[in-house]
Amino acid sequence: MTATHPNDIEFRRVVKRYGAVTAVTGIDLAVPRGAFVALLGPSGCGKTTCLRMIGGFEQPSEGEVLIRGEAMTGVPPYRRPVNMVFQHYALFPHLDVSANVAYGLKQMRPRIETGEIARRVAEALEMVRLDGFGGRRIHELSGGQQQRVALARALVNRPAVLLLDEPLAALDKKLRTAMQIELQSLQRNLGITFVLVTHDQEEALSMSDLVCVMNAGRIVQMATPREIYDRPADLFVADFVGKTNILDASVVASGRARLADGSMVAVAPSDRVGAATVAIRPEAIRLARKAAGDLTGTVTNRIFLGATAEYAVRVPGVGDLLVTADHHATSKSDLIEPGEAVALTFDPGAALVFPARSSA
Amino acid sequence: MAMSAAGKRRAVTGLLVAPAAAWLVVFLVLPFIAIVVFSLGERAPEGGYQPALTLAQYMNLPARAAAFWNTLVLAPIGALACLVVAYPVAYYLAVKADPRWRLLLVSLVVVPFWTSLLVRTYAWMYILGSRGIPNLLTLVGIEDVRLLNTPFAVLVGIVYGYLPLMIMPIYVSLEKLDRRLLEASADLGARPVSTFLGVTLPLSMPGVMTGVALVTILLLGEYLIPQLLGGGKVFFIGNALVDLFLQSRNWPFGSAIAVTLVLVVVVVLLGAMRLAYRVAGTRQVDLV
Ligand SMILES: Nc1ncnc2c1ncn2[C@@H]1O[C@H](COP(=O)(O)OP(=O)(O)OP(=O)(O)O)[C@@H](O)[C@H]1O
Ligand SMILES: [Mg+2]
Repeated sequence: MTATHPNDIEFRRVVKRYGAVTAVTGIDLAVPRGAFVALLGPSGCGKTTCLRMIGGFEQPSEGEVLIRGEAMTGVPPYRRPVNMVFQHYALFPHLDVSANVAYGLKQMRPRIETGEIARRVAEALEMVRLDGFGGRRIHELSGGQQQRVALARALVNRPAVLLLDEPLAALDKKLRTAMQIELQSLQRNLGITFVLVTHDQEEALSMSDLVCVMNAGRIVQMATPREIYDRPADLFVADFVGKTNILDASVVASGRARLADGSMVAVAPSDRVGAATVAIRPEAIRLARKAAGDLTGTVTNRIFLGATAEYAVRVPGVGDLLVTADHHATSKSDLIEPGEAVALTFDPGAALVFPARSSA
Repeated sequence: MAMSAAGKRRAVTGLLVAPAAAWLVVFLVLPFIAIVVFSLGERAPEGGYQPALTLAQYMNLPARAAAFWNTLVLAPIGALACLVVAYPVAYYLAVKADPRWRLLLVSLVVVPFWTSLLVRTYAWMYILGSRGIPNLLTLVGIEDVRLLNTPFAVLVGIVYGYLPLMIMPIYVSLEKLDRRLLEASADLGARPVSTFLGVTLPLSMPGVMTGVALVTILLLGEYLIPQLLGGGKVFFIGNALVDLFLQSRNWPFGSAIAVTLVLVVVVVLLGAMRLAYRVAGTRQVDLV
């Protein structure tokens, strides 16, 4: 056992095909020990497939998966030092909560004595704040409680890596937020590596140390949440993670671009000259109540969100832009009303330049 | 006259249930009452029934102890033998078989039902009879093997005849089994055998219990198989009843045996249901 291996999980040029369907391809991935990694991507991009190859439920068609430096080719799930929290929990309906949590411990060889199992089960239930629920049947639990039993059932085995496949998808928003915080602090306290699959970008950004964005069976970018958000690797990431305004433009020189309506704007420096796409986050745009400027438009809609407000601004020749403004940022203190003419400004660094969209 | 909402609902329920209830009363409850009344009577001198109020028939039950013994021993053993053969088949069909072939394979299990059990049991008479397997055994030097008219022959007939009835409920419960539970079990470190014993088997228990109860109950009333393959040596209660009602025309005694049999069936059924509930740990047990 290479206890000093820096990566708990590694994918080396992994390809997975189901018959004629290629689910994932060219996956190279390293999950550092103790990290909280989120696999993020749209439906069908191959997140579950990757997770199932770590768990041992699928074998790569090409390449290999390593856990703590050991190649896992041909190693069945029951011999892998990882545990999984399944999407719909997959709790055993014929066993009570305690027996569900004890299931993994009872499989261990050499056998763990009964008293020790009971002690660890109680400890695990306490950890997920379910002490006293041991005697309950699974169908007597709420969704959130079932979720926590699934967590306890996996964590009680002290796996090297905990795999979570959309564990919070079935919970309502409030419970989901609470569980996100709980999961995060559990991970910090236990120091176990977590790999979380989600298609919820907020969840990925808020919980994990590293986000691995996938699209169409490939990894597009793996970086910290901050970097993913501020420096998306491509248009897909920019568009998928958070809200983004995407504008067709033509770069005339590094840092200068002409938008579709002919106006010149300052953008982030780039090597590229010619047809391009510019991406700007809604909160990077400032609105001012004056009819003159490089870029002007009319507010067509406003959504009040409490601390912030979202404006839809129609810029003739360019399109509809989304602008998020907190109340201090809008000039003076009051909200801008739909129908008002506004000028739009942004820092050049916030206007990222990408290759032109191929067809659309 | 105005009816309250609850009253209306009850009336609707009543209307819906009425046909089935009438059917049950006419064809089940009334005949059963008649049988109970018969069982307390006496045999008329010329045969049949003569009113009386006596437990004499029940006192006489030991005279048919052999039939009870054969039935009460061979029915459960037959059901269990059936189970042993049926479970792997059902498991294969539900879990291992290629989904594309599954429907075809399942219908193959049912196809034998399309020909009469009588014909198929006759076939077994031939197979087990002196010109069948024993004849083949003499060719390899094993002489004087008797198969027909033994409890073994009856058991073979039972397993053969009732296999589909055992396979189907087990197949259904295995088919419904959530595959993710098996993955979860493997994920938690259970080897395939432990997963089978810890998850698959307990969760298919409702099907097993249904199958065992179904086959046992039907076997308690079996007549044909012991008649043909037991050859009057291994006879069931069903054979005793045929004998008493049709041959010796001792209706009260036959009725007493029938009533006792019904009581046994009820006890078996309740016991099996309770066991199934307890093992499966769920509220619902499908009786297919
Ligand atoms: N058993 C299978 N047989 C055939 N194709 C499969 C199988 N499992 C997955 N696929 C295909 O592989 C691709 C990736 O599937 P996967 O389940 O990994 O997606 P995902 O990212 O988890 O999506 P979601 O967010 O919807 O769960 C999909 O196109 C899917 O149709
Ligand atoms: Mg998935």
